[in-house]
Amino acid sequence: MAESTKNLKASFAVKVGLAQMLKGGVIMDVTNQDEARIAEEAGAVAVMALERVPADIRKNGGVARMSDPTMITSIRKAVTIPVMAKARIGHYVEAQILEALGCDYIDESEVLTPADDAHHINKHNFQAPFVCGCRDLGEALRRVAEGAAMIRTKGEAGTGNVVEAVRHCRAVMGAIRALQTMDDDELYVYAKEIRAPIELIRQTKHLGRLPVVNFAAGGVSTPADAALMMQMGVDGVFVGSGIFKSGDPAKRARAIVQAVTHYNEPKILAEVSSGLGEAMVGIDCRTKDFNSYAARSE
Amino acid sequence: MLRRLPGVNASEVRNRQQLEASDGLIIPGGESTTMANIAERWGLIPDLQNFAQAENPLWGTCAGLIFLANRAVGQKAGGQALLGGLDCLVHRNFFGGQIHSFEALISMPACFADPSNSPFRAVFIRAPAILEAGPGVEILSEYELDAEEQQQAKGQKAVAVAVKSGNLLATAFHPELTDDVRWHAVFVALVRERLAKRQHPATSVEEKVEVKAAADPSNPYVPVWQRNRPADLPVFRSQDSGERYNWDLQHVS
Repeated sequence: MAESTKNLKASFAVKVGLAQMLKGGVIMDVTNQDEARIAEEAGAVAVMALERVPADIRKNGGVARMSDPTMITSIRKAVTIPVMAKARIGHYVEAQILEALGCDYIDESEVLTPADDAHHINKHNFQAPFVCGCRDLGEALRRVAEGAAMIRTKGEAGTGNVVEAVRHCRAVMGAIRALQTMDDDELYVYAKEIRAPIELIRQTKHLGRLPVVNFAAGGVSTPADAALMMQMGVDGVFVGSGIFKSGDPAKRARAIVQAVTHYNEPKILAEVSSGLGEAMVGIDCRTKDFNSYAARSE
Repeated sequence: MLRRLPGVNASEVRNRQQLEASDGLIIPGGESTTMANIAERWGLIPDLQNFAQAENPLWGTCAGLIFLANRAVGQKAGGQALLGGLDCLVHRNFFGGQIHSFEALISMPACFADPSNSPFRAVFIRAPAILEAGPGVEILSEYELDAEEQQQAKGQKAVAVAVKSGNLLATAFHPELTDDVRWHAVFVALVRERLAKRQHPATSVEEKVEVKAAADPSNPYVPVWQRNRPADLPVFRSQDSGERYNWDLQHVS
């Protein structure tokens, strides 16, 4: 009996499992306990604890780092849903700290200023599961190879502009559709072209989807945006600045959750989109001085 | 997963009509706080209670277990709606947060065990535990606690992780994440038993998970939300081989 109940902590199956439990849900950026409670009441499946929402990071500039552990701990106390937190790309000590705090998920995020411009964290070294951003299939599979148990398309955080999220989602989904039509003999060259491990490419071809949960992020600010991403085939949605930078956060948060649940029912979408008050202002991503966060890592 | 068992059809349930068309309902893992919130908002709770009272089989895994329980500890501020019906006390996130999640091999109950009687690779994620079970509740599987966990359970040596009570089945772990369908078979047997009593011709079981929508051959246009729906996520093989990407690729639909 002792043998048969041997525990396996933090196996890849367990890490990927939590992400699967979030499928079909909304993850919201929150900066304090009150916002976390609003998110939980609205039906978020998890919250992302951070000091400044991406829109403020853009506005204030400077180097964005991991949040103060006090803030993360206080948010963990306030809610029962999983709490995620962001570490800088390549900053494995920030990740160690977040793991020690007991974060349920660590986001190795391009929204914070990268600490390593060449390497990501080796996420297999951690017990906590990681979520990472991607702009295309190659980037997604490189992150999975490094141990990411969940992927999100990057979009452009803090812009309130869904165009980049759509671009990255189309890139990933389109590449998977193209991959499915490829001959198995062609996968070696394809792996070289997109710079991803051949084994994961084979599995992706066989599955017809990324082998881990894939959420959309970066620019989702209305229920319609959220439903658009869901219809494009993502498993769920991150909403950052869109909620707490809008006129009526509680109402908007609830509406986005409903839009994700009923993403393919336009009548319900019309109902939940009504009377939400002011949306966040938003930024055009094509202006000359636009600073792309998504392009900060590959 | 369920469709791998012969004669079983599974689909996703999001509203009352879909629920009424089902012979059994699986409430899968997820966040029970969120689940209760949304079911309440859409007024599904009385429907679900009627469904259970009509003796239709229900199976809750992890969050679903919490949802079915009569009493739960460790809820969000202000409490959360529970469906109730299962006479037991459930401790939410008993085993702690994500970094305390784990896999363990648990024994299958004697009444359902297959001839090999091999243990089941159970994945526990921020899992609940059943601390007390009422007299009508049959314990199917238990998990032995280590010293630290025993302290938290006030000296209890083991907690129940799978129970059955009439038409209700509940597991604290996630059979939907591994490729072993023995627990699914337990549930289907429950549905079949119920159907035999009712003399109902159809044997369809509804599963509340994403499924690929079937294309209608008479209409070449497939709506965008059906076109782009990704296939089911991969499940892990029933025995951990030590390989990192131990996905079972044989059974992907």
